[in-house]
Amino acid sequence: MEIYGLFLFAVGFLTMAMIYAVASLGVNINWGFTGLFNVGVAGFFAVGAYSSAVLTAPESVHHIGGFGLPVPVGILAAMVLAALVAWPVGKICLRLRSDYLAIATIGIAEILRLTFRNYQPLGGGPFGVNNIPRPFESLPTPWDQIAFLLLVVAIVGVILFLVQRAWTAPWGRVLRAIRENEDAAEAAGKDVEKFRLQAFILGSALMGLFGALMAHYVKIISPEGTEPLLVTFLPWVMLIVGGAGNNRGAVVGAILVWGLWTMTELLTGRLPDDWALRVGYLRIFLIGLLLQVVLQKFPGGLLPERPPTVPRD
Amino acid sequence: MIDFVNQYLIPALVLGSIYALGAIGVSMIYAILRFAHFAHGDLMATGAYIGLLVVWVLDATPLAELSVNVRLLIGLPLAFAGTAAVAILIDRLFYKPFRRAKSMIVVVIASFGVALMLRSLVQLFFGVDVINYADGIQFPLKMFQPLRILERHIYIVVVAIALMLVLHYFLTRTRTGKAMRAMSDDADLARVSGINTERVVIWTWILGGGLVAVAGVFLGMDTRLVPTMGWDMLLAVFAAAILGGLGQPYGAIAGGLIIGAMEELSTYPWIGDGPLVPPDYKTAVAFAVMVLMLIFRPQGLFRGRVL
Amino acid sequence: MLEAKGMIGGYGGADILKGVDVAVNAGEIVAIIGPNGAGKSTAMKAVFGLVRLRQGQVLFRGEDIGRCEPDELVRKGMAYVPQERSIFPSLTVHENLEMGAFIRRDDFSHVIEQVYTLFPPLRDKRRQQAGELSGGQRQMVAFGRALMTEPALLLLDEPTAGLSPVYMREIFERVIAVNETGVGILMVEQNARQALRVAHRGYVLATGENIFTDTGEALLANPEVAESFLGGHGGQAGRSGAGA
Repeated sequence: MEIYGLFLFAVGFLTMAMIYAVASLGVNINWGFTGLFNVGVAGFFAVGAYSSAVLTAPESVHHIGGFGLPVPVGILAAMVLAALVAWPVGKICLRLRSDYLAIATIGIAEILRLTFRNYQPLGGGPFGVNNIPRPFESLPTPWDQIAFLLLVVAIVGVILFLVQRAWTAPWGRVLRAIRENEDAAEAAGKDVEKFRLQAFILGSALMGLFGALMAHYVKIISPEGTEPLLVTFLPWVMLIVGGAGNNRGAVVGAILVWGLWTMTELLTGRLPDDWALRVGYLRIFLIGLLLQVVLQKFPGGLLPERPPTVPRD
Repeated sequence: MIDFVNQYLIPALVLGSIYALGAIGVSMIYAILRFAHFAHGDLMATGAYIGLLVVWVLDATPLAELSVNVRLLIGLPLAFAGTAAVAILIDRLFYKPFRRAKSMIVVVIASFGVALMLRSLVQLFFGVDVINYADGIQFPLKMFQPLRILERHIYIVVVAIALMLVLHYFLTRTRTGKAMRAMSDDADLARVSGINTERVVIWTWILGGGLVAVAGVFLGMDTRLVPTMGWDMLLAVFAAAILGGLGQPYGAIAGGLIIGAMEELSTYPWIGDGPLVPPDYKTAVAFAVMVLMLIFRPQGLFRGRVL
Repeated sequence: MLEAKGMIGGYGGADILKGVDVAVNAGEIVAIIGPNGAGKSTAMKAVFGLVRLRQGQVLFRGEDIGRCEPDELVRKGMAYVPQERSIFPSLTVHENLEMGAFIRRDDFSHVIEQVYTLFPPLRDKRRQQAGELSGGQRQMVAFGRALMTEPALLLLDEPTAGLSPVYMREIFERVIAVNETGVGILMVEQNARQALRVAHRGYVLATGENIFTDTGEALLANPEVAESFLGGHGGQAGRSGAGA
């Protein structure tokens, strides 16, 4: 029984870690590949989560919906819509240098969250969207959980494969060139703006996917669920801990940081309620501290970036 | 007309003063240290909560007789000094190691981490619930009737103006203030001229951290305290700094007042009966102004730096 | 006074300096000349601790200053005028001079007076923002700023770059005038012929190494130097003021 509980816990843990890995990979395409400082993950997460939720959830008095579309359609729509939102943002902001992009993406994220919180027809306002279907939920426990985990693992696997190919392909080389020296890339005849926009949109689409997967997994999405701490900051820390520019690092970082996050939750969970809540905030402090230590002592992360080896003749 | 002044202009001036005090620091830190300091909002919250501590401590002394506004005025120097000290400590621990780094973006990432660390400490010590400096409603001062001016409004605007005058004196008349302007002109030249740039950096944090702490206390005075209050201000403060031109402390003041005014005035029923922008979306106004500036005039109104 | 030996180093990539020697005796004007990319400015920056050397030694008044920060060097009696961005544009002329005297805690108003005497145009413009001045006047501000600490050794990185011939002559005259007050001067110059006329001694650098070292006159007279580094024969810009 004890072992069965642990097993379920492990399945849940891995599912969350893999969902986060999607976000971390998205951040990697932006930051690791191209040097785009996108800290608006929460915004694209919200777009993805709400659109997939509204499209697939049953009818509700709180928001438009009742479309009851199949989950894959919702997830696909989530990615497309996140990309569509990213397109004008990128068009406007990518010309600016990195600090500005950071401010602009934070702003977009805040406004999107503001809209979801205040404009009830869109996503139920403070009520959020409930009863979001989860794939395989009709299976008996634990198979529903295992199946969902396998689905998420498969998704991460496919993304990892594709992103790794992109990284070694000429496309990835151009992105790195832009990151290292924009002027030189420009001088070499590369349409810098186009490549950056592509990377920005692609990363944002993954953040939308991240939102959709999360919404389907926890079955509810509300304004609290789009808190930037959880959905912007954690993926960033995961990437930096794992190693910016390294796709496998992004996944490893997601597992490690989520592990740390969960473990500290287990520890604080044993405290009396009032203190559990408060000490819970210490975890945020610790994650912040972890970030600082990695930035200063291990600037490359655990799996530092390795430029793909070019075969020599 | 009176209604317009009472409901829109006075709040605009108060909010604008608060933004201005925050934006000065963002602007100077950018000019001198070359990075956008994303923990500035949370330094604001830190200042506000230090103010709360002072109110609590004074409650246990005979000074508890004084109105909460006056107790907070007593607390201002402490909030200023305490937050300045926190800012200097943060700089030593988390920003200084990257001082000579080629790209400052890593410091921006570090400042994100710092923002959350500060907030989590506030949450740890003060909890997550909304706290007011004092219960009860404050009434407008009779002498200004029919204008609805509260005692706190006077304190906020007067102290903000006084601090800006002191800042002006500091920057134009003192050796350190001039060195600060020199370093924001050209940090490398300042270094080879023999200016002790690390000392200038410390002063930058004293001013930036101190002023934003005062802004935090004022924000708490005018509204309420909640751990995310700083983060919620961040966008408006950055918009103000960018509007004024980064590196231009006077521009930041103007930018703060303009953004404050635009946010408040945007809710006025300019067209038709309803507010032009629903109050819930007020924050979006600052953002819209910022995006327009970034597109059409990234150097800001007062020819600041372009990031 | 200054003795830099076997300087090897660069900005982290390949070495730009491959073993450069430079020395300045008390009261001397020394010019470093050479083609673009020879490492002239890098050598000067290395002397002032702005380029970390992998090898070599820099002695100032017999003391190893290899690990010193710029503000320490200024305290020890050196001053440096970078080639570009050598003024604080938003500060007034007067404030620029004050910043030059940042390390001083004594009364330095007499030094400001000396600078205004040396560069009379600055006196009238002392309340103006330095960024509004003409190129030549900016160079005077930069020069004056460096003199505020009353240094024993002044490092000038291409002080006449981009200036009109009139201002160029003016600046060289001031170099001599400052030198006559006992200040040692090390300057990197693109206008090699004029610089050598002013200098007591000169170093010719190419590809990060010393090629020739001699007195200014001897280098000017050296046909090899003239052929390769002084643009052949030619005697534009008269000798006026070049009294060294």
